[in-house]
Amino acid sequence: MNKSDIITQDHGGGGKLSYNLISEIILPSFDNPCLSKLDDGASLNIKGEKIAFSTDSYTVDPIFFPGGNIGDLSVNGTVNDISMCGAAPLYLSAALIIEEGFLISDLKKIAQSMSKAANKAGVKIVTGDTKVVPKGAADKIFINTAGIGFIPKNINISGHNAAPGDKIILSGTIADHGVTILTQRKGISFDTNLKSDSAALNKIVEKIVSVSNNIHTLRDPTRGGVSAVLNEIAIQSKIGIKIYEDKIPVKKEAAGICEMLGLDPLYIANEGKFIIFVVKQDADKILAEIKRDKLGQDAVIIGEAVLDHPGKVIMETKIGGTRIIDMPLGEQLPRIC
Amino acid sequence: MKHIEEYRNPEISKKIASEIKKRCKKKIRLMEVCGTHTTSIFKNGIRNVLPDKITLISGPGCPVCVTPVNEIDAFIELANIKNVIIATFGDLIRVPGSKSSLQKAGAAGKNIQVVSSPIDAVNLAAENPNKKIIFLGVGFETTAPAIAGSIIFAKETSVKNYFVYSAHKTVPPALSALMADNNTDINGFILPGHVSMVIGVCAYLSFFNNYKIPSVIAGFEPVDLLNAILMLIKQIETNSYKLQNAYERAVSFEGNKKAQELIAKVFYKTDAKWRGIGIIKNSGVKINRQFANFDAEKKFDIKTTDALKEPKGCSCGQILQGIMRPTECPLYKKICNPINPIGPCMVSSEGTCAAYFKYFE
Repeated sequence: MNKSDIITQDHGGGGKLSYNLISEIILPSFDNPCLSKLDDGASLNIKGEKIAFSTDSYTVDPIFFPGGNIGDLSVNGTVNDISMCGAAPLYLSAALIIEEGFLISDLKKIAQSMSKAANKAGVKIVTGDTKVVPKGAADKIFINTAGIGFIPKNINISGHNAAPGDKIILSGTIADHGVTILTQRKGISFDTNLKSDSAALNKIVEKIVSVSNNIHTLRDPTRGGVSAVLNEIAIQSKIGIKIYEDKIPVKKEAAGICEMLGLDPLYIANEGKFIIFVVKQDADKILAEIKRDKLGQDAVIIGEAVLDHPGKVIMETKIGGTRIIDMPLGEQLPRIC
Repeated sequence: MKHIEEYRNPEISKKIASEIKKRCKKKIRLMEVCGTHTTSIFKNGIRNVLPDKITLISGPGCPVCVTPVNEIDAFIELANIKNVIIATFGDLIRVPGSKSSLQKAGAAGKNIQVVSSPIDAVNLAAENPNKKIIFLGVGFETTAPAIAGSIIFAKETSVKNYFVYSAHKTVPPALSALMADNNTDINGFILPGHVSMVIGVCAYLSFFNNYKIPSVIAGFEPVDLLNAILMLIKQIETNSYKLQNAYERAVSFEGNKKAQELIAKVFYKTDAKWRGIGIIKNSGVKINRQFANFDAEKKFDIKTTDALKEPKGCSCGQILQGIMRPTECPLYKKICNPINPIGPCMVSSEGTCAAYFKYFE
């Protein structure tokens, strides 16, 4: 790293460059065993109780989009990060950074949808903060949320626990959120019926962890999409991952827009989906349980963890060839032709 | 989308692949000229289903990759002008110039906006009457008509703050340049699909008659590509040469007349510099006199050098001509990757090195 190097959008893309930033700058500064696990949230042992603790900041542009807004996204996102530790989320904090000139009526809409999302997930926002910054010092509104929840005693879920032979379940169609946001951006507008899949996953996760004690890993494929999450797990658990192209569920509309823009749905963000690594014997049982829930109707087994090619994700293509699914590097860029 | 599924059918693909295996006896080098073909070949795992005797070489068909350093520098210089908004297709923004890239210029506060269509850039101009919107016209015959259309639209709607820097290139002259170079040992061409939709089969006649090499126009789905490869193998194994069209559902003999008329109305043909290759005669288009008011090169005083200086050690030139494979470049993966691209082939998702980096073990 040179002294004159600057942060670019790619550092926030959830891929290799984000990973480098975290491992070279963040981790050495705050080094401790909880953080260095790099799971979606920290699992803490406090006086005999296991607590999950997580935080996330929301800067989505535009702030209102089909299927939600920055408010419910900020609640669902943190609820999901806690759920991915196998925990039941209980309490959230919310901090708002608002740019001068922001419409109060918009703030009201956002606050109301945060409240609605919290009610729906069964969590309470119990502490918060509001800051206003001069025009231009922030883009409209940024929200940070943090949350805590209890991890049941018999549960040990982590990105480090996946094992060869595990089946990989994906809870539904991918790329809905990322493609929706992209279609709302200035300069890349499409007429589409797609909407964000933003949803709280705690209820469905509670159900599946009660069905099986053999869930090794849970992750929600947000920034960097399914490919980033699978690569992280392959590295953390030192396993190979094999997935099948014909099993990956993508809505036709999302697939079409991705194709036009030269983007790959496997690399695009989701806000209401999860990936499970579970021992083979329990896979069908869990799949059936997920499919019973409205949020998991399109769930499917997309592949398995293998002994071969540790640290790598390989996909069998529809025509019987193979291709590597690598860790995304930064933001995907729409191509020319 | 339903229609397209026929061209992704795994059974048909496998059948064609086994037919290719059966017929292919010689060692054969085929060049896919178009970057979208390169990506599709990797994405669908087509290399794994072909016999080892067939080597696929990627050609100079990624517009971002062949835009020379001095033009990238010119784009960045334009971004530095007061009240200018640069509108561009996304994959151009990471391309390194001699000192910086558009992405770095954007991070340093210059106004760089990614659009998916030049019409969006005209609208941006209409919404921002106090700013000057400069669209970076990079691409082949595929993007040139839409950009010509945007200039005509701006003229008709009296948008006076919209400008285009035309760095467009055309494909057939580049094919001739490749064949004229004795180093490129190619047995057949997989010709581009989208470009051919615009220019038609007829546009390749002069190249084909000159060099008499097996050439097949291909679509982008696995069945399309495998079919085109099979047609090439049949020609090569029987020592014949034909110009064939394996993408008849989209490509006609004459091409898209309307698109050709748009190009002819706004642009004129000229020599163009290709990154890594050099000057190719009559392979570029620039904005003609009638639309000079929209020509960013004429309207803004930017100093561009003529130097085609490439970064030290970068092999993009040889890679674009199919002389070298990305894995043979000393910089590949060591210091050159899609986030820190040293040469242009590593930048665009259509670039040969980026495709290798992403999909090749």
